[in-house]
Amino acid sequence: MSVEFKQTIKEICEACGNDRSLMMDVVIATQKRFGCVSNEAMDLIAENMNAHRVEVEGVVSFYSFLSPDPKGQVVIRLCNDVVDQMQGVQAVAEAFKKELGIDFGQTTPDGKITLEWTPCIGMCDQAPAALINDMVFTYLSTDKVREITDELKKHGDPEQIPIRYGDGNNAHDLVKSMVNNGLRKKGAVIFGQHEAEKGVKNALSMSAVEVIREVKNARLRGRGGAGFPTGMKWEFTRAADGDKKYILCNADEGEPGTFKDRVILTERADLLFEGMTIGGYAVGSDEGILYLRAEYAYLRAFLENVLKERRDRGLLGKNACGKDGFDFDIRIQMGAGAYICGEETALISSCEGLRGDPKNRPPFPAQKGYKECPTSVNNVETFCAVARILDKGAAWFSEVGSQGSPSTKLLSVSGDCTNPGVYEFPFGMRVDDLLKKVGAQDVQAVLIGGPSGQLIGSADFERTICYDDLATGGSVIVFNSKRNILEIVGQYMDFFVEESCGYCTPCRVGNVLLRNGIEKIIHGQGEKADLDYLQELGETVKLASRCGLGQTSPNPVLTSLKNFRAVYEAVLIEPTDGQQPSFDIKAALSVSEDLTGRKSEIYKD
Amino acid sequence: MSEKTITFTIDGVEVKGAPGQTILDAADAAGIYIPRLCHFKGLNPHGSCRVCTVIVNGRPQAACTQPIAEGTTVENDTEDIKKHRSNIVDMMFVEGNHFCMFCEKSGNCELQALAYRLGICAPKYPFQFPDCTLDASHPDIFIDRNRCILCGRCVQASKDLDGKCVFEFVGRGAEKKIAVNAEAKLSDTNVDVTDRAVNICPVGAILKKREGFKIPIGERMYDAQPIGSDIESDTKSIK
Ligand SMILES: Cc1cc2nc3c(=O)[nH]c(=O)nc-3n(C[C@H](O)[C@H](O)[C@H](O)COP(=O)(O)O)c2cc1C
Ligand code: SF4
Ligand code: FES
Repeated sequence: MSVEFKQTIKEICEACGNDRSLMMDVVIATQKRFGCVSNEAMDLIAENMNAHRVEVEGVVSFYSFLSPDPKGQVVIRLCNDVVDQMQGVQAVAEAFKKELGIDFGQTTPDGKITLEWTPCIGMCDQAPAALINDMVFTYLSTDKVREITDELKKHGDPEQIPIRYGDGNNAHDLVKSMVNNGLRKKGAVIFGQHEAEKGVKNALSMSAVEVIREVKNARLRGRGGAGFPTGMKWEFTRAADGDKKYILCNADEGEPGTFKDRVILTERADLLFEGMTIGGYAVGSDEGILYLRAEYAYLRAFLENVLKERRDRGLLGKNACGKDGFDFDIRIQMGAGAYICGEETALISSCEGLRGDPKNRPPFPAQKGYKECPTSVNNVETFCAVARILDKGAAWFSEVGSQGSPSTKLLSVSGDCTNPGVYEFPFGMRVDDLLKKVGAQDVQAVLIGGPSGQLIGSADFERTICYDDLATGGSVIVFNSKRNILEIVGQYMDFFVEESCGYCTPCRVGNVLLRNGIEKIIHGQGEKADLDYLQELGETVKLASRCGLGQTSPNPVLTSLKNFRAVYEAVLIEPTDGQQPSFDIKAALSVSEDLTGRKSEIYKD
Repeated sequence: MSEKTITFTIDGVEVKGAPGQTILDAADAAGIYIPRLCHFKGLNPHGSCRVCTVIVNGRPQAACTQPIAEGTTVENDTEDIKKHRSNIVDMMFVEGNHFCMFCEKSGNCELQALAYRLGICAPKYPFQFPDCTLDASHPDIFIDRNRCILCGRCVQASKDLDGKCVFEFVGRGAEKKIAVNAEAKLSDTNVDVTDRAVNICPVGAILKKREGFKIPIGERMYDAQPIGSDIESDTKSIK
C-alpha cells in the first residue's frame, strides 16, 4: 500500500470531518478517485472514520455505483428499463459490446472502460439513454454508439465528446447536458408564472402553526406516491420532542418511468429550495438535506450553485430571508444507485451513512428520523406546491383538481406515444383523455404509477388519475398492442429482484420466485396451476413485506393477472403425459448420462 | 411511564399489556404463541423474517415491532395468516441449502421446529440451490452460510451484547450475506467462542466445533414439544 494512497484516503475522510454519518460521501469520493473502494481502502476508511471494516464493506456492497473491484475511469451505464427496451436498447447494447470488445459487467483489457446495465435513469422520454460517468447520453443509436466509443478511445474523457445541449438550464454552464426538459404542458401551480420568493416571504410573516394550517387547508397530499397529507406530517414533526429537527427532500426519483422531478430540479430549483425553507420554518428545523440520486449527479454543481446564490442573497444561512432567529441551510446528499433509498426511512439510513435499509416503524420519521431527530421527508414536487400555496393561498391552490385530490400533478409520460414528456394536469383526468393528449394510439395497456402501481387495460381507461382512483407519483407508461405483456411483467420483476434491499424474507425471496414463475410461463412451460401459484405468492409478498417496496412489487404480476388474464391463458399448456410441463426428462438425465458415459435406453432422442 | 394497562384482543381473547409493549411480548405474557424467527428476547426487534406477521385492525403488522394499542383486534392464528406464514418459512428453506437430516442443529433448530409446527414437510417452492461459502478458519467456531436465514441476531448481539462488531451484512437483495469483520476469515476477527453472538443463531449457520450431535435424539430442544410450547399456557390447544 503506497504512502500516497494512504494519504489520499486520509484526506478524503478528513474532508468529511471523519464523521461516520458522512460515510456515503467518503466512499463515493473514494470510488471516484480510485475507480473502486478496494479492500485496502475499506480498511483505511474504517481506521480513519472510527468504524469497523465490515461496516464499510456493508455500505459499499449495498450501492450499485460503488464496487470493491476496480472499474475503468470511464463507466458506461446503459439503461435497461422496459421503455428503453421498447426503444431498441438491445441494438445499442450490441453496438457497445462490439465497439468495445467486451460484454456487460466487464472492463476493457486496458482497464479504461467499463460497461454495465443500470435500471431506469429517469430519461424514459429520451430513451435509449445511458450514463457515461456523470454525463447523460440520450436518444442513443448504433451510429451514436460508434461516435461515442471512437471519441472515448481517442481521449478517454466523456466530457470531450461533442454534444448538443438541451433546452433551458440543461445548457447552463454548470449543467452542459444534452438532456431535454420535455416539458409539454405547463400548469398553473408548479410551472406557472410566479413571483420569486413570495411564498417564503408570506410564510415567514406568519407563525409556523399558521403556515401548517394553510398547507392543511390546501389539502396538499404528498407527490412522491403515497399521498400522505403534508400538513399533517409537518404538524407531527413540529409537535415531536426534540430541539433539533430536519427537513429532507426526496430527489431519489427511482420509480421506473418517473422523470418529473428531473425537470423541477433543472428549471424550478429556486422554487424547490423556497419550499424547503418554508418546511424548515414550519417544523422548526435549521437543517435541510436534498437527497439526490446518483443518476442526477450531472445536476449537482448547478444545484450547489443555486444554494450558494441563495446563501449570498441571505435566503439561506443565519437569519434566513431576513427572519430573526431563523437559521436555515440546506446540504446535498448524493445517493449511489439504489431504488430503495427513495423509501423515506431507507433514505434516512443512507443520509446517515448506512446501508440503505428501511427502518422499523414505529417510530415514524416525524418522531425519530434522521439521527434519531424528528424529520419530515417530502417529495420535490411537494415542496414546490407548498411554495405556491404560501404564495397564492390555499383556495387558489385547490381551485382545480378533484375533491380528494386538489390541484395539479406532474405526470411523466413515456412509452408508445408520439409526445412523451412531462405534463402538468389537474387531478381527476381520465386515462383516455390523457392518452389522446400524449398522442397514444392502439393502446393495449397503461402502467399508472410505475411497476409498483397498476397495469390497466382498455376496460379501465375511463378511470381517473387521482389519489382515490388511480394513484401515481408521476409515472405513466403506455404500451401498444404489439407489446408482449408477459415480457414486460418479467422485466419489471427483474427490476424488483435487483432493487430489493434484502432485509425481509418475503421481498428478498418472494420477488425472485415471482420472477422465475413468470419466466416459466414465458418459456411455454406454464400450466393453469401456475397462475394460482403466482397469485398466492404475490399476495404473501404484498401482505408480509416490511416496506413499500415489497408491499407493491408483486403488482406487475397481480394486476396483469387480473387485467390481462387471457394473455397468460393463451400460453399455458395442458400436460398430457402426467408430468409437469417444466420437467424435461432428457435434460434431467443428461448429468447422469455424462457421468456414466451411457445414454438412457428409454428416453432416446 | 404511565401505569395504565392497555386492553386488546388476539383472536377474540382479551389480552392486557403495558404501554410501549409489543404485540409479541404482550402475547407471550398472556401465554399466546405468535410464531417468530428473527426475534430474540434482549435484542432490539429486527423485524426481518416477517413470520410474526399478524393482522391488526385489518392491517398486516409485524408483532415483534408493533406496539399494542387500546381496543385493537389482532388476528394471529387464522387459516389465512397461517398460509402466508408457511409461505415465508418455505421461502427460507428454498433460499438456502437446508439439509436437516444431517445438520448438527437438527432438533434444536428454530427454523426446522417452526416448519414442523406449521405442518411443512417439504417446501412447495422450487429450490434455488445457491452457492454459499463455509468458513471453518476459526479453531472453535464455524460459519455455514448455506443455512443462514439473515435474521440479524449475530450482527446485533455482537454489537449490542458483546460490544464488538464481528458480524455484519454485505450485499443487497438476493445477494445479501452475512460477513465477518476481516478481509476474508473469521479467524482474523476478535470473535471468541463465548461471545453471545456465537450462541444465538436460530439455525445451524454459526456453530461451535466439537459439539455436533452431542445431545442424543429424544433429548433435543424440540424432540418432545413443538416450538412455542413454553409460551403457551394451555398446550392442548396445539394441533
Ligand atoms: C421503494 C420506494 C421508493 C420510493 N421512491 C420515492 C422517490 O423516488 N421519490 C419520492 O418522493 N418518494 C418515493 N417514495 C415514497 C417515500 O417513501 C415517501 O413517501 C415520500 O418521499 C414522502 O414525500 P411526499 O409525502 O411529499 O410524497 C418511495 C417509496 C418506496 C416504498
Ligand atoms: S448466521 Fe445465524 S444468527 Fe447470523 S444472520 Fe445468519 S441465521 Fe441469523
Ligand atoms: S419475529 Fe417479527 S419479523 Fe421476525
